[in-house]
Amino acid sequence: MMEVLTQSDGAPGVSLETVGEATLVVQLSGAWRLQKNAASVSPVQKALETSHIRCVRFDAKALTSWDSSILIFLTKVTELCSQRNIITEREGLPDGIRRLLELAEIAPEQEGAKQPTDRPSFLARVGSTTTGSYISLSEMVSFLGEVTLTFVKLVKMRARYRTADLFLIVQECGAQALPIVTLISFLVGVIMAFVGAIQLQQFGAQIYVADLVGIAVVRDMGAMMTGIIMAGRTGAAFAAQLGTMKVTQEIDALITLGFSPLEYLVLPRMIALCLMMPLLSLYSDLMGILGGAAVGLWMLDLSWTTYYHQTVHAITLTALFGGVFKGVIYGVLIALSGCLRGMQCGGSAAAVGEAATSAVVTSIVFIVTACGALSVIFYIIGI
Amino acid sequence: MNGESANEIEAEAQITVRNLTLAYGPVVLMRDLNFTVKRGDVFIIMGASGCGKSTLLRNMIGLIEPTEGEIFYDKANFTRSNAEERRSFFRRFGVLYQSGGLWSSMTLAENVALPLEEYTDLGPVEIREIAAFKLALVGLNGFEDFYPSQISGGMRKRLGLARAIALDPEVLFFDEPSAGLDPINSRRLDDLILAVRDTLGATVVAVTHELPSIFAIGNNGIFLDSESKSAIASGDPKELLAHSQNAKVQEFLTRGERRPGE
Repeated sequence: MMEVLTQSDGAPGVSLETVGEATLVVQLSGAWRLQKNAASVSPVQKALETSHIRCVRFDAKALTSWDSSILIFLTKVTELCSQRNIITEREGLPDGIRRLLELAEIAPEQEGAKQPTDRPSFLARVGSTTTGSYISLSEMVSFLGEVTLTFVKLVKMRARYRTADLFLIVQECGAQALPIVTLISFLVGVIMAFVGAIQLQQFGAQIYVADLVGIAVVRDMGAMMTGIIMAGRTGAAFAAQLGTMKVTQEIDALITLGFSPLEYLVLPRMIALCLMMPLLSLYSDLMGILGGAAVGLWMLDLSWTTYYHQTVHAITLTALFGGVFKGVIYGVLIALSGCLRGMQCGGSAAAVGEAATSAVVTSIVFIVTACGALSVIFYIIGI
Repeated sequence: MNGESANEIEAEAQITVRNLTLAYGPVVLMRDLNFTVKRGDVFIIMGASGCGKSTLLRNMIGLIEPTEGEIFYDKANFTRSNAEERRSFFRRFGVLYQSGGLWSSMTLAENVALPLEEYTDLGPVEIREIAAFKLALVGLNGFEDFYPSQISGGMRKRLGLARAIALDPEVLFFDEPSAGLDPINSRRLDDLILAVRDTLGATVVAVTHELPSIFAIGNNGIFLDSESKSAIASGDPKELLAHSQNAKVQEFLTRGERRPGE
């Protein structure tokens, strides 16, 4: 009995022939290339299922050339046979193919190494996401706890860190952030004034642009803009720095020399941001007001002194301190999320990128949430 | 063995590992490891890649807490020590990391000086002198003010060694010291390790699978096997090569020339 299954000029071909009662000869022919569609094993499977084959042999006389595609085909056939306790004889195959097949079979599959490929059920995914969020929340809380303890140590003057590092970080997240804070704050001041001016002009109340810009910037926008700039600039940098230090084992080296990474790396970063954020917020307030004043002067024909007096009249010291206080809180949140994500970083370059991204996202979420919460609290206590 | 000699061995042992189980989550790498390292030994942790050698080392230096079991240094329990006691243990360790673990934001001199600043009351001038001396010991004199990123791979390994010996440690740990080094630099590092051991009298624990290094520096060791999740041989690598009956040990130590069953 001879059955030709696939054959055209040069294409990989498989034909099956039954010799005697129980032997199946798989005849391979043509050029087997990964680029072409390889022959299917299903005819072989069908043949093994329908008749009582005890032994499978191969015939490769018509095989012109081959690569990995034939190996995959043969491995599948071998698997089918071993499932049914059928003997496979490889004498008919070229030496190279036999050697490669032996090589692939020599190392047994590592137990437990294979990851389950099935997509878990919906409930399982909900469950693992929930436990994942619970774990990440508890990590966050324990990190917060450790940082608090480190701050207690700092107050007791027992925390160890390098002052030189602190000054370097202060410079990086303070003075070096001035240009971007200037640009963004000034322009946001201009935009707010523009939007307000168009509306207020209709009522001839353009002088109140000074109140609008002044109050908005001082109470909220100054600290908020600075916070978001610093989250993208410094929070991401913290996460990337600490993450890279983790990858290059610098943090391990600190630990085995008895340094606490929290005191040595996290603390100076926290201090630096807590010191610089209120200053940058104040600076951002000033820039925002100047932006508003620019619109007032050139678009609304207000005089410098009028604008100045209107602004001073509008903003209160309490509002100013409230804004600066928010700046401090945002600073703590940015430093916390940056350092947390850095310390959680895995051991690869991709993980460092993820840590930086996650630091920015976490900081911005925290900042906006805190801004909302603080606004409500300030409203309740009447500030 | 009578009681007296057992005590003697116990007294000589600087590191004692008892019933140590290594695991990453649910995956157990090694079960019930028991071994001792004597003072002045160059102890090699051997085994195929991925069998848990580096994990064992990380357990021994406290970067990972053992799943089960305990590690003792001079009879003091390291595994169950509190944070303050840990610091006194760390003071006696020197570690050379696989990827260096050098502090990239500090110069070479500052890298070596930091442990000295932390653990000694020396003034800045003396610390700088000691740091320069330690750098000279590993052939890096003149590079004090360079940053780790400005020097070659071999020099970085030597800098790691200089930092590891900054505090004249009692135990030196090496994670793949000669990985990625050319044969000549690798040989130089081996010589350096031996010289450091002889001059400081330190005990050395090294993870390596560079055969020339194993035979050149090791005088004791343990062979981990991932299949049985246990240590299948221990002793001087040269003795193991000559006398071990274990096929896997023979295969490893001869680069597969003597395969199991031959």
